Amino acid sequence: MPDAVTPRGFWSRLMFWLLLLVTALLALLWAVPVIWAFVASTRPPSEPLGRGDVWFGSYLTLENYTRAMSLAPFKLYYINTIVIVLMILGVQLITITLAGFAFAHFRFMGKKLLLFFILLQLMIPTTALLAPNFSTIRALGLFDTRLAIAIPYFGSAFGTFLMRQAFLEVPRDLVDAGIIDGCNWLQLLRHVYLPPSKSMLVAFGLSSVVWHWNEFLWPLVVTNSDKSRPLTAGLVRFTQLGEIGAQWSLLTAATLLVVAPLFILFLIFQRQFIQSFVHSGLK
Amino acid sequence: MAPTIVTTRKRKRREPILPYLLILPTFIFVAMFTAWPTLLALYQSFFRQRLNIARFREPTFIGLGNYTALFSDDRFLLVLKNTLIYVVVTAPISIILGFLFAVLINRTIKGIGLARLAFFQPTILPMVSAATIWMFFFTPDYGLWNTFLQYLGYNGPQNWTGNPDLALIAIMIVAIWKNAGYYMIFYLAGMQSLPTDVYEAAVLDGANAWQMMWYITLPLLRRTTLFVSTIAFIGAFQLVDHIFVLTKGGPSRASTVLLYYLWQMRFENQDVGKAAALTIILIIFLLLFTVTNFALSERKEDAYA
Repeated sequence: MPDAVTPRGFWSRLMFWLLLLVTALLALLWAVPVIWAFVASTRPPSEPLGRGDVWFGSYLTLENYTRAMSLAPFKLYYINTIVIVLMILGVQLITITLAGFAFAHFRFMGKKLLLFFILLQLMIPTTALLAPNFSTIRALGLFDTRLAIAIPYFGSAFGTFLMRQAFLEVPRDLVDAGIIDGCNWLQLLRHVYLPPSKSMLVAFGLSSVVWHWNEFLWPLVVTNSDKSRPLTAGLVRFTQLGEIGAQWSLLTAATLLVVAPLFILFLIFQRQFIQSFVHSGLK
Repeated sequence: MAPTIVTTRKRKRREPILPYLLILPTFIFVAMFTAWPTLLALYQSFFRQRLNIARFREPTFIGLGNYTALFSDDRFLLVLKNTLIYVVVTAPISIILGFLFAVLINRTIKGIGLARLAFFQPTILPMVSAATIWMFFFTPDYGLWNTFLQYLGYNGPQNWTGNPDLALIAIMIVAIWKNAGYYMIFYLAGMQSLPTDVYEAAVLDGANAWQMMWYITLPLLRRTTLFVSTIAFIGAFQLVDHIFVLTKGGPSRASTVLLYYLWQMRFENQDVGKAAALTIILIIFLLLFTVTNFALSERKEDAYA
């Protein structure tokens, strides 16, 4: 370790190492649940956990994963989750780009009022509206479909606001040059506004995927069968199956099945994930 | 000549409706799934309607009946109390821990990325997955949480999710564990954009690390704190997924919070009227927190000017 990093003086050096130790301990503490889940999921099912014996079994196995897959239709849950997440993402990217562009580029009557109306969604989160929204889904005849889970999120106040901010950052000169060159609005959007705003779109997209992959309450309310049930709702059903009981190796395997794709993506693109969460959080 | 004139004219006339068309899709979805349900809930909250009782299946107007019934019901008052404890405890503790984590890892040391990873990873886990893992941790006798506490000298009751005095605390622990790392990244981003010359001046003036954190870092990060507080408090009202896995609101409603109660009211009791009233109450809470935050941030803005 270079000297410049380590502070001089005995006490400050002691402090430095102490803080490092605290950091390491806290980090370990925070990571224990996931680490334990991973270890426990590889434990042979024939060796149940007991007092003082909750980590490794006598050998490593993937048996719990295959058993979990055979006890519940996780493959179907995967497809449902992926379809729902992509459906939301696909529609959102279009709606927020168009709306953000309208708010950033044009002057028109009632612009402030319309923006305020859309930003209502930030003040009254969709989660809180599950009871009346359920009635709407019923009335639309969408109950127990994947579309029912996705449709409330097709318009995003948050994304619209983010894209508006990103588009407002685009230099006016560039836009004027585009107009003089005879670009129509779609060309302006595609060649002038979108290229410098791509990182914002990616940031929003990543957090949207994580958010909807993990969502549970709304899918629980509007699904009633495996044909539309996503991973989260499927997992909770699985944990409550009578024959599962306290088979922790099996439960952790099922849990990790739900988590795995996002978690692996996250480990690979850690920086982008964290960036996107910061971006999509900051105004 | 003539056709060009027509097209330019057409264009000019069409231009004014273009922005409205671009906003239309977003507008429709917000209208359908934010504005309309809010109004619908307000309307339904004035009616008695229970879908599982034949004579109450059709809505009857009862004015504020649902609200007065709720506020004179001990179960609801307990739920309100639980909700306030849940929000007022988990949000600040998660924020403080998030700040602490950010301070601890805002250094350029090899391997510090691992700590950041450890603190942040609960953020991307689904809450129901996290809760399933914690369900084991809270298991009496051999669950890791109890083992850990025994090392620390704890001898109290062990059935964290089944004990009325502990269930809400268990729910709060999981919420804090899940969210601290999320708030950390906002503080980290804030800290990395702080001016370094202030610190250099402070070092010259002989300030120690504690003073610098207290008198420079925290005040400069006030905007971050305000923002994080808003999302933390509003988020806490909505964070109930783990209750479905860990306690189901029990035992005897000890860990039932507002949104979970709302779900029970609508989908277990089939009480549309009361669920609507609860929706309105929840919205009022959320708006109160948002408006307070706006007011606070405006005031802080004035203080700078």
